[in-house]
Amino acid sequence: MTSQSRKRPFWTIERRDAVAGYAFIAPQLIGTLVFVLFPLALVFWYSLHEWNVLANSFNFVGDANYQQLLRDPSLPKVLTASAVFSAGLVVLNMSLALLLAILLDQKLRGMVIFRTLFFSPVVVSLVAWTIVWSFLLQNNGGINGFLQMFGVTGPNWLRNPETAMLSVIVVQVFKNVGLNMILFLAALQGVPKELYEAARVDGASPFKQFRRITVPMISPTILLTSIITIVGSLQVFAQIAVLTQGGPGVSTTVLVYYLYQQAFQFHFFGYGSTLSILLFLIVAVLTFAQWQLRKRIVFYEN
Amino acid sequence: MSKCTTLKSSVALASLTLPLAWGGTAWAQDAINLRMTIWSANEAHLAMFDEIAAGFKETHPNVSVTFEPLPFDSYTTTLTTQIAGGNPPDLAWILETTAADFVNSGALAPLTEAFTATEGYDLSDVTEQATALWTKDGQLYAYPFSTSPFAIFANNDVLKAAGAKTPAELIEAGEWNWDNAFASAAAVGQSGKTGLVVRDFKYQTWQNLASIWNGWGASPWSADGKSCTFTEQPMVDAMTVIHKAIFTDKAMPGPGEDIDFFAGETGMTITQISRASLLPKENPFDWDLVPLPAGPAGEYAVVGQAGVGAFAAGPNAETAVEFLAYMTNAENSAKLAQFFPPARASLLNTEALAATNPLLSPEQIETVVIEGIASGTVLPGHTNFAQIQQTVRAGLDSLWVADADVPAALQSVCDSVGPLLAR
Repeated sequence: MTSQSRKRPFWTIERRDAVAGYAFIAPQLIGTLVFVLFPLALVFWYSLHEWNVLANSFNFVGDANYQQLLRDPSLPKVLTASAVFSAGLVVLNMSLALLLAILLDQKLRGMVIFRTLFFSPVVVSLVAWTIVWSFLLQNNGGINGFLQMFGVTGPNWLRNPETAMLSVIVVQVFKNVGLNMILFLAALQGVPKELYEAARVDGASPFKQFRRITVPMISPTILLTSIITIVGSLQVFAQIAVLTQGGPGVSTTVLVYYLYQQAFQFHFFGYGSTLSILLFLIVAVLTFAQWQLRKRIVFYEN
Repeated sequence: MSKCTTLKSSVALASLTLPLAWGGTAWAQDAINLRMTIWSANEAHLAMFDEIAAGFKETHPNVSVTFEPLPFDSYTTTLTTQIAGGNPPDLAWILETTAADFVNSGALAPLTEAFTATEGYDLSDVTEQATALWTKDGQLYAYPFSTSPFAIFANNDVLKAAGAKTPAELIEAGEWNWDNAFASAAAVGQSGKTGLVVRDFKYQTWQNLASIWNGWGASPWSADGKSCTFTEQPMVDAMTVIHKAIFTDKAMPGPGEDIDFFAGETGMTITQISRASLLPKENPFDWDLVPLPAGPAGEYAVVGQAGVGAFAAGPNAETAVEFLAYMTNAENSAKLAQFFPPARASLLNTEALAATNPLLSPEQIETVVIEGIASGTVLPGHTNFAQIQQTVRAGLDSLWVADADVPAALQSVCDSVGPLLAR
C-alpha cells in the first residue's frame, strides 16, 4: 500500500479528460482518416503508376502522368470550361442569393412562404432536379414550348455550344441559390438596426447604407458563401453527366467530368488520379487565397 | 460484475465462437459461388439463366451461380470499376464495342481447349464470322451468345396516315432502298410525327449509324484500325445524306429530341430484333419487321454482338470456364436462342427460330434474322474504344447543326481521333 500511495496514479484527471476528448472526436477522426486522408494518399500513389485494370498491371512510371498532364492537348479547354463554369456560377449564384435575401428581409405577410419556396430546390434530389430540367431544356421541351407561345424560337439549349454552358450554370444556380440566400438572410437580420437609423439621420441614401453598412457587416458571410460556392462549383458532376455528357464538343467538359472520363470510362486510373491531384491543388490554393483575402477585406465587429 | 469477470467472460465467449467461425470458413471453401455480370434485368432472361445454373448444379452440387444485372448505360464502367476495386466477377457479358479491349488485355481465360474437350459441345457449329471478334491468335476468349441483326421496325398505321409508302410496299415493288426509305420517313416527319429513329443513337452513340452508312460501304476506320476513314468518299456521301435527312427533310428527329418508336407515334426505327419485346401489347399498332434497305453500295446487314467470358485471374476461373462450356453447349444454346439470336449454324433455321420467336413470321425470320446473321458486319469496335468513342462523339457534334459543312466536320473528327487510332 505504501508504495502505491507514493506513486501518482496513472489515470490522472487530465489523462481521463484527454481520453474522453479523443473518444468523442474519434468517429469524426476515424472517418476523416479512412475516407479522406487515406484515399488521398492512395490517389497520390496511383498517380505515380500506370494502372491497366483489364490486364491487371500496375507499374511505377514516376512522373510520366504529370508529364502527360503538361502535354495533354485537351487540358487547356477543360480548365477553361471549369473556369467559365465556376465564374458564371459564383457571380450568378451570389448576386441572385443576395438579391433574394434582401427582398425577403422585409416584414411583409407571406414572406415565410416565399422563403420556403426559394429554399425548397436545395432539398430536392440533385439528379431528379437535373433530369426534370433536361426535359425542360430539350429542343422540343417545356422552355422552348413556352417561348413558342410568344412567337420566339428558342435555341437548342443543351446542343448549342453557346447555350449549353449557360444552361448547366443556371440549372445549378436555381438548385443551390436557396442555401446562400438563407445564409445571407441570417446575416442581414444580424445587422444592428441602429446603424441604419444613425445613417438615415445623417442623410445616407439607401444605396449608400447598403454599401457602407450592409456589405461590411455581412462580409464574413460573403466570404463563407463564396468559398462554399467556388469549391462546390469545382465539384460539379451530376449536372454535366445528365444534361450534356461534356458536349457539345468538349464545351462543358469540366475538370471533374474529364477526370471521370479518364479514370472510369477510358480506364486510365493513373492519369485520372493525376487529374484529381490537380483538382485538389486548385481547391487548396483557392481556399488558401480566400482566407488570406479575409484579413484584408472582411470586417469583423470585435 | 467486476472488470475482471467481464474480461474473463469475453475471452471465454471468443474462445467458443472463434473456432466455430473458423470451421464455418473451412466448410465454405468447398462451396463455389460464381458471379456473372449481365446488362439485362429482364425477369424472363434471369429465370432462364437460373434454370441453366440449376442444371449445372445437378452435376456440380457445390457450385451455385448468381447473375448480377448492371445498368446497360454504365455497364462497362461498372464492370471495370469492380475489377479495379479488386472485386471482379467470375464471368461477364461483354459488348462488341469493347471486345477488343477485353480480348487483347489478357484478362479473359482461354476457352477453345475447354470447349473442345466438353462432350457434345461441337465448337465448329459456331460460325467463324461470329467468333472472329472474340478470337485472338486462334484462341477463343469469349463466346458470342448473342448475334443480333439490326433491322427496321415499321409502324404502318403512322406511315399510311402520312400518305407514305410502307417498307412492305417498297419491298414488293423492288424499291426498298435508302432513297425511298428516307422519302417515306420525310413524309411522316413533315406531317408532324417522327419519321425514322435510329434507336439509342441520341447523337452520342454514333456507332449505331453504321446501320445506315454500311449501305454506302463506309466505315469509321481502316480494317487494321490504324487510320481514320471518316473523310473518305463513302462516309462523306453517307453523312451528307443523313445530315440532309435530319435538317432539311425532317425525316429523322434532331439533336436533343428523345423519341421512342414503341410509343406508337413514329414511322420507322432501326434497332435490333430483340427489341420486338417492346412492342405494345395494349393498343397495338400495325407493325412490320424488315431488313435494312439497300444503299448505293448494295444490300448489306449489320449485327450487334454480345459475348460472355470468364476472368482468368479469379480463384474459381477453372469452374467458371466449365460453367461457360455448359451454358453455351448445343442444348443450352437452343434455350438462349429464344432471347438472343444464336451464332450456331444448327440453330439458324426457320423451324428452330420460329419456335423461340413467336412474334416473328417465318418470312421475317428468314429475311431479317437468318440472312442478317449470315451476312452481317459487326458494329465498329476498337481497342481503347471508350476514348475513341468520346473523341469522335465530340468531333461529330459540329456536324449536328443545320448549317454544318459536312466534309470539314468529318475532317475535324479525323484530326482529333487520328492520333488515338495510330497508337
